[in-house]
Amino acid sequence: MSKKRGKQTYVFENDVYIKNTSTIAGPLEGKGNFGEYYDQVLENDSWGCKSYEKTEIKMRKNVIENLLRAEDITEFDLDCIMGGDLLNQIVPTAFSTREFETPYIGMYEACSTFGECLAVGAMLVDGGFMTKVLCSTSSHYGTAERQYRMPLELGSQPAPASQWTVTGTGAVLLTNEGTNQPKIKSATIGKIVDLGIVDPSNMGAAMAPAATDTITTHLRDMNRTPDYYDMIVTGDLGKYGRDLLHFLAGEEGYELADVLNDCGCMIYNDKQKATQGGSGAGCSCLVFSSYFYKEMMRGSFKKILLVPTGALLSKLSSLQGESIPGVAHAIDIEM
Amino acid sequence: MEIFLMYLRVFVTGGLFCLLGQILINKTKMTSARILVFFLSIGVILEATGAWIYVEGFGGSGATIPIVGFGANLARGAIHGAKIGILPALTMGLESVAGGLTAVIIFGLIFGLIVKSRTKKM
Repeated sequence: MSKKRGKQTYVFENDVYIKNTSTIAGPLEGKGNFGEYYDQVLENDSWGCKSYEKTEIKMRKNVIENLLRAEDITEFDLDCIMGGDLLNQIVPTAFSTREFETPYIGMYEACSTFGECLAVGAMLVDGGFMTKVLCSTSSHYGTAERQYRMPLELGSQPAPASQWTVTGTGAVLLTNEGTNQPKIKSATIGKIVDLGIVDPSNMGAAMAPAATDTITTHLRDMNRTPDYYDMIVTGDLGKYGRDLLHFLAGEEGYELADVLNDCGCMIYNDKQKATQGGSGAGCSCLVFSSYFYKEMMRGSFKKILLVPTGALLSKLSSLQGESIPGVAHAIDIEM
Repeated sequence: MEIFLMYLRVFVTGGLFCLLGQILINKTKMTSARILVFFLSIGVILEATGAWIYVEGFGGSGATIPIVGFGANLARGAIHGAKIGILPALTMGLESVAGGLTAVIIFGLIFGLIVKSRTKKM
């Protein structure tokens, strides 16, 4: 029987456990809402490195090592390290993974990379190709500002609709064997949706239509209502984007108000003036791997739909006036 | 009392330029580089139309320290040079802002060497 349901959803018949997670968060994130959930919080954002890029590489290397140590396995036990980040040619991912003698699959889909990794990783485990897949994504405020906007040295002011790139990384281990860990039950691969938003400082608006499309497609494909889930949590839409998603899904006949939340809106507290909230490839990875994973293990959540969202722009494309394509993948995680 | 009023005028003038900049950040999609060039052009236009002398007279350093003052200075040098000849029209613009430019480069170098950028604390 085909594992495909409806248009874009794939149901995993074999168990795909999220065996364990590991996280490293930046100082700002440590002071945010989930400070006590992170395995490690950095004292400063450079962590003794000469450049922020080096810091991001060090964070990734350490988060993977921490996870291997926690699971008491070595790099040789892993079938694959899969991951991505926000920088050109996903250099931090490649440079950090070269420290390990493990097969590597690099992925890029901006802030939705974590969803892409979980979906593909779960397929590989479900299909029996691999038994231990490590998924890890990261972002760093200093490197993302340099890549997409201006270097920090310029000291430019953030626009009101903009978001604050999360400094942080997480790693999750997908396995075919587990006991009472959360399982990935199904995944919906999203389409690229572009409604012509051209403002790179308003990515919530660019990503919300893609998130709407993926969430409604997932619910239709699986023949579910939103209240099937304890929480439908998007990656980094921010406050405007979350409201927009609520409105757009309402127009499609899905009332999400009771279950909808957004990792970007949750990560910082109200006193931190992080404009619309957090964003970046590390945002959904960090929040899921810390807060959601630990709360699921404690039993606070039974079923969540994680929908990392990505804005597929480059600095060049937005300067050339191109619109911003959005994408989102839905990962159905249940105890 | 007189000196207090002067400080107030300088503060208000500089503040108004910053207010205009904040409105541009909030309400338009202009990048910071474009806003910078926009302010510089305002200075050039004010100087060329002869209005700058009143702005400077009222606002003092509040008008000359922001990039608008740099634009006005640039225009003043070029206009002055144009009265002498074609080549001075091209060279004297930069000549009149040479002090400011050199200061920017020197201080940029010094602070680049001794200070390291970091994320602001929130």
